[in-house]
Amino acid sequence: MKHRARGVLDILVLLGLAGYAVPFFWQLLTSFKPEAELLRLPPLLPTQLTLDHYRVVFERSLVPRALVNSVGIATLTTLLALVLGIPASYAIARLPVPGKSILLLAIVGSTAFPQIATVSPLYLILRELGLRDTWTALVLAHTSFALPLTIWLLAGFIRELPPVLEEAAQVDGASPARMFTSIILPLLAPGLASTTLLTFLFSWNEFLFAYTFTATEASRTVPVALALFPGVYEVPWGDIAAASMLVSLPPVLIVLGLQRHFIRGLLAGAIRDSWESD
Amino acid sequence: MTARERRSRRHGLLLLAPALTMLGLLTAYPGLYVLWLSLQHRVPVFGITEFIGFGHYVFLGQDPRFWSAARTTGLFTVVSVLVEVVLGVLLALALRAQRRGRGLGFSLLLLAWAMPAVVTAKLFEWLYHPSAGLINVLLAHRTLNWLGDPGLALPAVIMADVWRTMPFVVILAHARLLTIPTEIYEAAQVDGAGRLATLRHITLPLLSQIVLIAALFRTLDALRAFDIMYVLTGGGPANTTETLTIYAYRSLFQMLQLGFGSAIGVIVFGLVMAVAWMYLRLLWREGLAA
Repeated sequence: MKHRARGVLDILVLLGLAGYAVPFFWQLLTSFKPEAELLRLPPLLPTQLTLDHYRVVFERSLVPRALVNSVGIATLTTLLALVLGIPASYAIARLPVPGKSILLLAIVGSTAFPQIATVSPLYLILRELGLRDTWTALVLAHTSFALPLTIWLLAGFIRELPPVLEEAAQVDGASPARMFTSIILPLLAPGLASTTLLTFLFSWNEFLFAYTFTATEASRTVPVALALFPGVYEVPWGDIAAASMLVSLPPVLIVLGLQRHFIRGLLAGAIRDSWESD
Repeated sequence: MTARERRSRRHGLLLLAPALTMLGLLTAYPGLYVLWLSLQHRVPVFGITEFIGFGHYVFLGQDPRFWSAARTTGLFTVVSVLVEVVLGVLLALALRAQRRGRGLGFSLLLLAWAMPAVVTAKLFEWLYHPSAGLINVLLAHRTLNWLGDPGLALPAVIMADVWRTMPFVVILAHARLLTIPTEIYEAAQVDGAGRLATLRHITLPLLSQIVLIAALFRTLDALRAFDIMYVLTGGGPANTTETLTIYAYRSLFQMLQLGFGSAIGVIVFGLVMAVAWMYLRLLWREGLAA
């Protein structure tokens, strides 16, 4: 009896959550609705489904080019943050650097910097360097939040590894570089994966910098292309819906496909550093 | 200090140097530069650069538009964080009791969290459509003009923001719930504690720490929020959804007043840092962070 009540409750909670996701599914449905049925409600469901909106987005909008920009900028940002962040996080987690706790506090603190405060100086700096409307500008701007996040998360993951292995390798005379690549890196793989995905996701989704430092399709990313989606006489709701789905596809796949890793990665920084006692 | 300690210290600094240099250039330098900018009258299109000290701040002190934006920011932050925390904790409790389909439940929640805020804004713009929007149709065919009515626009923006960010609170709270040992609940049952008593005296106190942390992160984010209102309402109608970030952005890049806009940015900066400090101190005093 109790089991059955539990089963009913389980279903109710799931239904509630399905209701929560309705805004997403509604947009998905809208992206397949024929133009003529968009502004007619009810019926809720369309009489037929069409790919017209996707065709328009692919053939007559800036979204395809913006997708290329976004993939490139998010990938380069993530790589740069890893290249600089992996050594730094190892030093913070394992080596006796003077003033380490203050340093970590400053790094964590810089993840809280509001973009609206740094957007004007960065704009002037990037313009001075002649980088306006380039991938480089956005990779640098995104690194300003991706790098501290990477260091913070990775330092937490490294601290979690047992130091015994490294000590043993040291006794065996392995060089620090060799010890890092053959012992730490393999153990760090799951943490590295979630860190990589999080920085990619944040760079992909970022809007304020991308909107301000770009001017043309040479560097506009997908959130910008979506925000500026043109309508000639009226708002093209169906095309916008199709573009929204395309823009959300990578982040949604990342988050759902690697849900388990991903939740752990998200928690790693947030929880450990605030309630662990070191 | 032994030679070996000295060596690993040197290694540490070497490994940190590139990252710290980059961070110095990309965060510390702009952080200081914006303070300097905010003390200038600076309009690049006319080539104007002039030091005016605290002139912008003095002006802002008596600028009704600034105070209205500050009020909107405060209202937006308090209401959305409050709603998120209450709903988020309730949902985390429901999901903990879930026997089957918990993974699916999280997938449905994370969908909202994964998307760019710009997409959320577009989603809700369509849902709020006066005649063809799903929300009005479900409300028995009302024709509420959600984004055009000064009384409804801010609640509409808040609703979209809550939808997007509440899953974060659920994930944190749920993860904490999983770490509570079941023995505690068994012991409470043996002692004859009812469900409500268990919730009040065991579960909620154990959750308070993570809820504070979640609220901290969400407050910081809400104070900095920009994308959702910029795309959904652009600060309108009649500036009713104009937060400090929107006012700063419009001043910077629409009125092209780089000095004045920077001053508003600096104020947001100060607010965010003050909140970060307040919460950390609170956590510290409770013995949670030490």
